[in-house]
Amino acid sequence: MTGTSLDRHIQRYAQRTSGMRASAIRALFAVANRPEVVSLAGGMPYLRSLPLESLAAEAAGLVAEDGLVALQYGSGQGIVELREQICQVMSLEGIKAHPDDVMVTVGSQMALDLTTRIFIDPGDVILAEAPSYVGALGTFHSYQAQVVHVAMDDDGLIPEALVAAIEACRAAGRPVKLLYTIPNFHNPAGVTMADARRTEIADICRRADIAILEDNPYGLLGFDDRVRRAIRADDADNVIYLGSFSKTFAPGLRVGWVLAPHAVREKLVLANEAATLNPPVFNQMLISRYLATFDWQSQIKAYRQTYAERRDTMLAALADRMPEGTTWTSPDGGFYVWVTLPEGFDASAMLPRAVTARVAYVPGNAFYADGLGTRQLRLSYCFPTPERITEGIRRLSGVIAGELEVMRTFGTSPARAIAGPSSPAPDTA
Amino acid sequence: MTRHVVVLAGGLSHERDVSLRSGSRLHESLLGRGLEVTQRDTDGELIGWLAAHRPDAAVIVLHGSRGENGAIQSILEMAGLPYVGSVASSCRLSYEKNIAKNLVRRAGFSTPDWVSLSHSTFRDLGAGALMDLLIGHLGLPLMVKPQHGGSALGSASVRTAEELPAALVGAFAYGEIALVEQFVDGTEIAVTVLDTPDGPAALPVVEIEPRSGVFDYESRYTAGLTTYYTPARLPAETTSAVTALAIGAHRTLGLRDVSRTDAIVAPDGAVQFLEVNVSPGLTETSLLPMSVEAAGRDIGGVYAELIERAVGRGA
Repeated sequence: MTGTSLDRHIQRYAQRTSGMRASAIRALFAVANRPEVVSLAGGMPYLRSLPLESLAAEAAGLVAEDGLVALQYGSGQGIVELREQICQVMSLEGIKAHPDDVMVTVGSQMALDLTTRIFIDPGDVILAEAPSYVGALGTFHSYQAQVVHVAMDDDGLIPEALVAAIEACRAAGRPVKLLYTIPNFHNPAGVTMADARRTEIADICRRADIAILEDNPYGLLGFDDRVRRAIRADDADNVIYLGSFSKTFAPGLRVGWVLAPHAVREKLVLANEAATLNPPVFNQMLISRYLATFDWQSQIKAYRQTYAERRDTMLAALADRMPEGTTWTSPDGGFYVWVTLPEGFDASAMLPRAVTARVAYVPGNAFYADGLGTRQLRLSYCFPTPERITEGIRRLSGVIAGELEVMRTFGTSPARAIAGPSSPAPDTA
Repeated sequence: MTRHVVVLAGGLSHERDVSLRSGSRLHESLLGRGLEVTQRDTDGELIGWLAAHRPDAAVIVLHGSRGENGAIQSILEMAGLPYVGSVASSCRLSYEKNIAKNLVRRAGFSTPDWVSLSHSTFRDLGAGALMDLLIGHLGLPLMVKPQHGGSALGSASVRTAEELPAALVGAFAYGEIALVEQFVDGTEIAVTVLDTPDGPAALPVVEIEPRSGVFDYESRYTAGLTTYYTPARLPAETTSAVTALAIGAHRTLGLRDVSRTDAIVAPDGAVQFLEVNVSPGLTETSLLPMSVEAAGRDIGGVYAELIERAVGRGA
């Protein structure tokens, strides 16, 4: 008698889908959307300060005045007006670029995907910081790349560790194609690459013939109002730069971009067209109008102030509540604090207890390709109010205390039987 | 007149995601039967909404504590609203796995030996000595699971004494009480029981064969990772024993309308009760829908009938 596996296509899937499975951890995040739960998990920007009424008028005007263009197919590279404006945005970080070398994408996540698509064959090595952005790890996995993590400290990626990783890969007969880095207000670690290290790392990669994928969604969200110089600013032909309007404007529009050397850009445009024909014209035109009409730099300043206050609240609450042996990063911008729990803890195994206590975070092992990060967790302060942040940390401290008590009772950590994606979906607050 | 039904799904349990998907599927199925259906989460506005809209009946598709410990049933009873499923007191008996096992054993059915202990008991009496006692009493291998909850969350098999502490820590992440029982190697099966005018009747038995060998959360909810045989490939007398167990559990615990019993058939054919579920999952990979389909029926039809029975009973 033939049984059913409930999936008639089970034998047809590509090897790269092997990790696409239901996950108990990811399912736990379903509670994060409930108002009773203080979610410190998701990276949803706080949008209430946006001038929504004015934006509504712009959107209406866009349809009324340019509807036949905005609602039609467009260029696979993106509309030229927006690409010109993107160059102006990037100039704040020292980048001199020509609009022709910019390609607009459906979020910088798509830029990441397409860049990986054109460079990576199965088995190719990508170096990534330890930890690294979960969305990037997922993309790299989907293209069957091998990710090798490289250590960071409070000043970001450690150049000596980078050199060691490159040499180790070479010695093992595994040449490295890309270094993926998030230099500013790192997701999830919260640290920022020191200025001096940027040129050093660029030199290391150039000598090793490794291209740099510089992912910079948070670059303009430094709380000291200082804009760090992009790696791309000093290395035009070995750096592929990813940018985004998700954090500086709004993620729902799904507009990001890639700045690449022209030969790379040519391939990316073809890949972009194959993936989506063209990025959404309406959304691009709306952003273009926004950049032309609104004081968008003041909006970013407003965001910085909001997020700075929330960071301060979180750091104060952590200092007040966390048990001995817990450490955390102090970000100078961006959205995230990276917490390291005392020895023996497993943040992934602790998440069910947190759900019961009505607080959510992202377990650290989601940000590693090699199973590490079990003692760590990522806390985001971008979305909840300061009051909710304080309450969330209070609840988290209770969770940690409860878990510690059980661990002390048994003298051990929980059994690790967690598999599958460990991070929430993008829209989890 | 079109029947108006509220499907309660979601809740704040560890199985919220499963519940939402179950609710969504049932919602669609009942709409297909011409009912007016509203899906609601259990939140601060629910009681007010029920009072304002007075649906004809409620269907509880909440999993875990929120739907299976009797609380929501008590609320519906107080609100005077007919609902599909077991009454609050029966839910409480079934929800406490150790009580359910006890009652099912007393009714003459087999279930693996077990002990239920709270974390505070381990803490206060000394975990080391207590674990030695557990292993001395139950032997190895063992199955450790939270006393409350489903979807295999927090469950782990233990083959050596060294594995027991970590398994208990994992179970206690889900609740204060852990149930430790003898591990039975065998064929996992699930039996859905529906009340009929002639009494409870079992639908075709589902045999479960996870590719990994472990019917964990991933195997349950990722299509393709488990092979199901409905009806199960069991000898006739074993099928009879399995259905007798499920109907017996349904009756013994005073369950109503629908239940799903999970059991193991050992290599020697002995049937061992594991647990019973008063709010079975209805997702694309859930077991009850497989039984329903194998019986030549559909979810919408089954639940539409149960709704009519509930309305006929009144509050």
